[in-house]
Amino acid sequence: MAIKKPTEKVKDLFKGEPEPLNDAMITGRQTNVTLDDAIGSLVLNQKRHKKAWWMFFVFGVMGTGLLGIAVTWLLYRGIGIWGNNQPVAWAFDIVNFVWWIGIGHAGTLISAILLLLRQQWRNSINRFSEAMTIFAVMCAAMFPLLHTGRPWVAIYWLFPYPNQMGVWPQFRSPLMWDVFAVSTYFTVSLLFWFIGLVPDFATLRDKSKNRIGKVILAIASLGWRGSQRHWHRYEQAYLILAGLSTPLVLSVHSIVSLDFAVSVVPGWNVTVFPPYFVAGAVFAGFAMVLTFAIPVRAHYGLKDLITMRHIDWMAKITLATGLIVAYGYVLEAFFAWYSANPYEWDMTYLRRFTGPYSWAYWSLIFCNIVAPQIFWFPSMRRNLVVVWITCQFVSIGMWLERFVIIPMSLTANYLPSANKMYYPTFWDFAMFAGTIGLFMFLMMLFIRFMPIINIFEMKDLLYKLKGGGPQSMTDDVGPDEKLGGAR
Amino acid sequence: MSHGHGHDEGPGIYAMVAEFETADELMAAAEKTRDAGFKDIDCYTPFPIHGLSEAMGFRDSRVPWFIFTGGMIGAFAGYTLQWYTAVIDYPLNVGGRPLNSLPAFFPVMFECTILFAALTAVFGMLAMNKLPKPYHSIFNTPGFERASQDRFFLEIGATDTKYDSSKTREFMEALSPLNVSEVAE
Repeated sequence: MAIKKPTEKVKDLFKGEPEPLNDAMITGRQTNVTLDDAIGSLVLNQKRHKKAWWMFFVFGVMGTGLLGIAVTWLLYRGIGIWGNNQPVAWAFDIVNFVWWIGIGHAGTLISAILLLLRQQWRNSINRFSEAMTIFAVMCAAMFPLLHTGRPWVAIYWLFPYPNQMGVWPQFRSPLMWDVFAVSTYFTVSLLFWFIGLVPDFATLRDKSKNRIGKVILAIASLGWRGSQRHWHRYEQAYLILAGLSTPLVLSVHSIVSLDFAVSVVPGWNVTVFPPYFVAGAVFAGFAMVLTFAIPVRAHYGLKDLITMRHIDWMAKITLATGLIVAYGYVLEAFFAWYSANPYEWDMTYLRRFTGPYSWAYWSLIFCNIVAPQIFWFPSMRRNLVVVWITCQFVSIGMWLERFVIIPMSLTANYLPSANKMYYPTFWDFAMFAGTIGLFMFLMMLFIRFMPIINIFEMKDLLYKLKGGGPQSMTDDVGPDEKLGGAR
Repeated sequence: MSHGHGHDEGPGIYAMVAEFETADELMAAAEKTRDAGFKDIDCYTPFPIHGLSEAMGFRDSRVPWFIFTGGMIGAFAGYTLQWYTAVIDYPLNVGGRPLNSLPAFFPVMFECTILFAALTAVFGMLAMNKLPKPYHSIFNTPGFERASQDRFFLEIGATDTKYDSSKTREFMEALSPLNVSEVAE
């Protein structure tokens, strides 16, 4: 079997030796059987999960516990335990909501937009990033719901249902658009992920030697039998779902940005917000995909399937979206000045460039504009340690961006007597850390119990790389040397 | 596609199934089977193979139409919901703007279109494929567990008017598969 055994530990990764930048989407001598084994064994052979998995899992469990405590205390005492107060009514909760939603966007971009663009390199990272999308949206949705203080009472103005008070939600409000956008996004992402998993569950069902595992997988696979008549409709549905997800993902962060852009708060009322939020979301999302993909591929011996070519391209996308975001920052400042609106300019100059939270603004500029420029250098894109650390800068930078936009803009009012600083409390940090723990917890369960790479799409890719199928499909993958040893 | 009993056979035969090693061999075999006039044929493969439907002579474009219909219903439902609540049941004068404030209704209409279309895509596809279906006769084929891994199967259903136990077996063996087996229902 050509697949490397998972002998390479995460620590080897940090020795900093660059892997060769090969040009192949699949390396090693692969067949359908080796693909099954490389991916399926993570589920079927539970012994492959060792100390490192447990370490991160326990970390995730602890974080989830912290989240549980933070939420319980919040529900008991009310949102007064947070630092939010007038005039800063939106703070960590909304910052974290926007940050998490943004992280989810890379998953949909990879699974839907790259599918439509026939970027077949997505096949080895789409499952993984779709899972990330779903977990990130779960973390995100928690914040606005809990921000209502008593979510079970808030339902009547969030969801349209006939109630005894005879009132309906206000559909002219961007907050309602948000409810529909986020819940649709979650549902569609879940559907997309699930139907992608069905044929893979069937593969695992047929490979499983464990009776109970087989039964569970048989139920999860819905009795999938790989009939061409089924594949035919499956592919139609899958492609159209990708076509539906593409405008959806663009709409979600646009609508999130409208929560701010539609208002009259200086620093929020900016027309460039929708595209700039979407680019920022993809930027943060790719950083998160890389953050997980780099250690996972090393630890589980998946370097033949998630190759340096993938890392290289993801780094390039991070750089490109980072430049769009940088353009957004420049425009934001330019329009504050060009509008000649004194409130806008005061916000930009007195509250961002200078002022008590200016460190947040300048750190964000460093993290999001300066740090990713290192990806211009091919040798840096090949150095996994550099890529990983840069991704951490991006994640922090994108969080700071939302912090700069949301609570900082609210600290200054039209009436200076109402100005007030914002200071987060312990519970603000606890809940944020808790969602990171929950995310980690869910990702670890996902790695252990589900195929983390799409098996059937990898087989399809391998088939096409070997020259199978209608010729038009293979035009872009080209000659033998791009195969590594796959032929 | 429904499978009953064979014409010349005793009760309980589902199909004749041939196993191939590669997708290309299956594709060639499917074409020959189609050209030989068999109608009730299907293939079982670990991944979708483009061009195989055509090789089998199978066409079906109902799923996209379902999805389109689902999307249209979603758009209509999204608009109706907002129009009914904002104009009929709970009219609120917000700064003198019209009650039927269409531009503000577009985001929710759009999201409803996508939601309904996506739900139709997934559940429509599953319904057309008659899934979930935990048991199916094809699972009786020897070695069929490899259909989801690395083998490619071609089936001629016993309900096919041209089906004849020995002649069909001869025909399939001429396609040079790894093996041919008659599968019980």
